[in-house]
Amino acid sequence: MGFTRRGFIKTLGVVGAGTIAAPQPGRASSDSPHGNRDNDVGVLVDVTKCIGCRRCEFACQEAAGFNPADIDSFEDKSAFNTPRRPYPRSHTVINRYAHHEGGGPVYAKFNCLHCLDPACYSACLVTAFSKQPNGPVVYDPSRCMGCRYCMVACPFEIPTYDYDDPLTPQVRKCNFCAHLVPEHQALPACVKICPAEVMLYGKRSELLELAHERIRSQPGVYVDHVYGEHEAGGTSWLWISGVPFEQIGFHKVDAKAPPRLTEAIQHGVFKHFLPPLMWYGLLGAAMWLTRPQPTGDAAEHGGAPETGEARS
Amino acid sequence: MSVHHSPQPLNHKLITPGTLVLLILTGIGLCFAAWRFMFGIGAITNLDQQHPWGIWIAIDVATGVALAAGGFMTAALAHVFHREHYHAVVRPALLTAMLGYTFVGLGLLVDLGRYYNIWHPMLPSMWSGHSVLFEVGMCVMCYITVLYIEFLPIFCERFLGEERWPRLRALCRRLHGALNRIMFLFIIAGVVLSCLHQSSLGNLMVLAPSKMHDLWDTPILALLFLLSAFAVGYPMVIFESMCAARAFKLQPEMHILAPLSRFVPILLGIYLCFKIGDLAVRDKLGLLAEGSPQATMWVIEVVLGVVVPMALLLMPRVRNTPSGLFIAAVLVVGGVALNRINVFLVAYQPLYPQKTYFPSIGEVAVTAGLISLLIFCYRVIVNYFPVISHAPEAKTS
Repeated sequence: MGFTRRGFIKTLGVVGAGTIAAPQPGRASSDSPHGNRDNDVGVLVDVTKCIGCRRCEFACQEAAGFNPADIDSFEDKSAFNTPRRPYPRSHTVINRYAHHEGGGPVYAKFNCLHCLDPACYSACLVTAFSKQPNGPVVYDPSRCMGCRYCMVACPFEIPTYDYDDPLTPQVRKCNFCAHLVPEHQALPACVKICPAEVMLYGKRSELLELAHERIRSQPGVYVDHVYGEHEAGGTSWLWISGVPFEQIGFHKVDAKAPPRLTEAIQHGVFKHFLPPLMWYGLLGAAMWLTRPQPTGDAAEHGGAPETGEARS
Repeated sequence: MSVHHSPQPLNHKLITPGTLVLLILTGIGLCFAAWRFMFGIGAITNLDQQHPWGIWIAIDVATGVALAAGGFMTAALAHVFHREHYHAVVRPALLTAMLGYTFVGLGLLVDLGRYYNIWHPMLPSMWSGHSVLFEVGMCVMCYITVLYIEFLPIFCERFLGEERWPRLRALCRRLHGALNRIMFLFIIAGVVLSCLHQSSLGNLMVLAPSKMHDLWDTPILALLFLLSAFAVGYPMVIFESMCAARAFKLQPEMHILAPLSRFVPILLGIYLCFKIGDLAVRDKLGLLAEGSPQATMWVIEVVLGVVVPMALLLMPRVRNTPSGLFIAAVLVVGGVALNRINVFLVAYQPLYPQKTYFPSIGEVAVTAGLISLLIFCYRVIVNYFPVISHAPEAKTS
């Protein structure tokens, strides 16, 4: 494959992604507990451009190691009859929504948003999820216990589960094709295959600027909302749309990342292990102060509470 | 001063119509569990991509942990605060807690997709200090260990007078003596560990605010879990003690249980204040008037499970009559169990619901089987080990 114009546009932003670029002044830097995320890679999805060909679903299944059906079968429009969610075999799905203001149908791609401060990562007790240095949130099945707390925690309801696998079930979700392009110098499968230039791959910070630029420069085309800029503390994937996001299956999500509250509570209770130790000390003191006074015949009753019952 | 009976093995018949029912239920549960291990969780549960947790988490784990609170509550009362009067209920409560947590572990094995990795949290390379579930898991593992250590002296006592195995007897005597000297360390540790994970269990769902119904979506869920664990500890002991008395045809130990129940309305009252205060502060009291299924469940949980038993137990006549005390205890136990089910299932609303979750026959069978096996194990252990204090006619040396 040669160097096409399309490929060039898609990689527009990626140039700086591999190298460490200094954060530009005048822009709010996106700091998260996972460090500064200014150099994370991301994808900007322009919902207005999607034609609903579902080739990204095909590419996704292929990239995830499943044997997808023939690519032409993805032209089947009956898949749009009911809204679908990402499922274990397909980590991205396209849904069709009627345009409320009489326009043509709206096709919306959905997949893991790769949070800057992921709830799945915070939930997991065996660090099966990791936030890669350049952004992707990646799952490692060899650590996983299969408790599915990540599925409970995800504010976008993304992770899915192999319920029918008795032995080695996995949590399934988009991993940003991190297994194919670990350093992220190449395009994720869905971005690569898209014939309609719906997705733009590059540095999140630059994509964010570009998204606002597009919204500004084409008045009336987009709603003034970049989904993923603030949702759940910000996400690597960003969406712009011509219809309000609530109408195309994107829920309103709080700007505060859910782990901030639980981890604050947790770290408060365990601050340097002092509160548990103090609690231990207090109870010990209570035990000592309320100890029964020796009365002669039962003198040995002191610090060992079970002895009273021990004699046979 | 009350008479201090020493606990004795009960030496009852093991196979009775009641225990046969338990064993049959256990067998049915095992069959479904075997099916799950052969064909996967999806084969016998109604769990789906929108409902990752069902009754195996809400009942077997969350409710199981809550109802085992009698163990640390009685240990705190009798051993930490030295209220010697209550010694007789410590051992049965300890046994319930030990079995309860063991069965929490067994229940988890059925629910975990990769159950063979259940030991992973012990590996430092897997540790994740930011995870609420990690803290719960570590505390529960430590606490199970503490419970087994606390039970060891009871195990040893069984063999102290055993003439047939002199070596075992000598070993048990040494172990028993050594354990008694350091047991206070474990008793305090047990109370601390319990407070930590009973509360953190509530914090689990705080991570999913967008999916929790507003009635339970509160940052103080951990505190509410802790307070309700405090409140359910003694009622669970009362409930269980009276069930055991009925099963073994002993007199219910009203001279201990009645005074024990005096603590309950106070603990329930504190819980109720926080429960209502939380809704008031978050300005969500209006939701109760909505008539949604969640509102109904909340009202049942709080009125039947907290307000009514609190009112009942404030009356001396109820506290001092076995049937009244039993009913009040059952209400508290049921109320806290319902609270856990509410938090983990009823309040949980998927963002993209396709259907509502209701437990399958397989899930119910496995849960019922686990509970039956737990009761059977309890019966076996009190039969052969000195757990339950006998009525006066029992032989004393």
